[in-house]
Amino acid sequence: MSVDKNTSGPAIEVRNLHKSFGSNEVLKGIDFHVDQGEVVCVIGPSGSGKSTLLRCVNRLEEPTSGTVLVEGVDITHPDTDLDKVRTRIGMVFQQFNLFPHLNVLRNLTLAQRRAKKRDQAEASKVALKNLAKVGLEDRATAFPAQLSGGQQQRVAIARALSMDPDMMLFDEPTSALDPELVGDVLAVMRQLAEEGMTMMVVTHEMGFAREVGDRVVFMDGGVVVEQGRPEDVLGNPQHERTRAFLSKVL
Amino acid sequence: MKPSTRRRLFRGVLYAVFVIALVAVVLAADWEAIGENFFDAEVAREAFPTIITVAVKNTIIYTVIAFAGGLLLGLLLALMKLSPVAPYRWAATAYIELFRGLPALLVIFGFAFAVPIAFDWRPPGGSAGAGLLALIIVSGAYIAETIRAGIQAVPSGQAEAARSLGMGPAWTMISVTLPQAFRIITPPLTNELVILIKDTSLLFIAGMALQDRELTTFARDSVSQTANATPLVLAALMYLIITLPLTQLVAKLERHNQRGR
Repeated sequence: MSVDKNTSGPAIEVRNLHKSFGSNEVLKGIDFHVDQGEVVCVIGPSGSGKSTLLRCVNRLEEPTSGTVLVEGVDITHPDTDLDKVRTRIGMVFQQFNLFPHLNVLRNLTLAQRRAKKRDQAEASKVALKNLAKVGLEDRATAFPAQLSGGQQQRVAIARALSMDPDMMLFDEPTSALDPELVGDVLAVMRQLAEEGMTMMVVTHEMGFAREVGDRVVFMDGGVVVEQGRPEDVLGNPQHERTRAFLSKVL
Repeated sequence: MKPSTRRRLFRGVLYAVFVIALVAVVLAADWEAIGENFFDAEVAREAFPTIITVAVKNTIIYTVIAFAGGLLLGLLLALMKLSPVAPYRWAATAYIELFRGLPALLVIFGFAFAVPIAFDWRPPGGSAGAGLLALIIVSGAYIAETIRAGIQAVPSGQAEAARSLGMGPAWTMISVTLPQAFRIITPPLTNELVILIKDTSLLFIAGMALQDRELTTFARDSVSQTANATPLVLAALMYLIITLPLTQLVAKLERHNQRGR
């Protein structure tokens, strides 16, 4: 099966996606898409299935049924070269998940060398460019444990960007950070959005969703309840569940 | 009586018991006999230099070979035990349970004498080779469980991060999971190594050629030749000279690795 990307359709398209953990159905038939260059923020109460949806997009979770197309490639198809598709999908985790035994530079070059077969010189060049982008070019030789949470998350973003992805997935990227460190990470994400990066962001940062998001998707109980322009969904929600959620977080 | 006085009194009694016990041992010991049998300078001189050039050297060589072999075998078994293919898991579990359940002495005996009879095959390296093979097989079973626990102790987010970057399962294991697993299991692996140093003393049961003898075999032979126990004391000293710097070295290594945790 071809893994060549289709540049005309949506970046991410999810059709009738179901996901169960044992008898617990977490996603109950999701239809969802992210257009190229679009920033989609997914919000909702914990346990609503938003992180699971995001993790199904690069198949860190195996969907129970349904279709996930990434640039037109069906990633649930058994013949799809998943590793190759994943190099085009950057992912940023809540807990950063930097490799603690490697310094910052090697965190950024490892997958470039192993998955993209770049040589060390080229990989380092790309890494330093992306470290500069997140404002941490002077910390290339530091180990993750020597960095603050906000710095670690920015390194994690630079690590994902070093694979030259077509899109980025963010799984609650600021939820594990001290409040005063959130701003730096959001600033980097905002800059990425302005450069036209396709982004799917699971977040509790309503301010970010309102200002940076092109579209906001509200999930609850494993279904998409409501979606639309941020000012509509956040300012004038149509559903009772959306209103109840927003009244607690705003 | 005030509590502080009671505490002081209690502590005084503890010291007194210790001193009395020490004095009793010192008085009860036959110092002349001890000096004659365990610290005979003439016998000690006789043991050198062979105790270094043969016995210590072989103990170290055997330990290194058995540990390296045990690590490789243990890694293979640990990966089998975590394999998605069920028969690999069963085989690894059966192997580990079997060889952890048997005394090392018995396994060495088996490889030196039973296997050659049963399969008409002698392990390379004579008796020493057969004994070493047995040590590798036994230590591999223990090390496998240590490595498996280490791999499982690495947070799952680490492998997820590597896979999300497009790295395949093999590179993820080699570059991300195993380096962290080995940092976690450095203390129990050190334990395995120290146990192995001392387990080389079991090789005597295989019947070692003169040049193949390790510390304990050498000391036993010297004891029977000289009718004096001094070589045993020397051997004990040599074991400590090997193990103490080694454990210090590993402790240092561990502190160094803390940086990357």
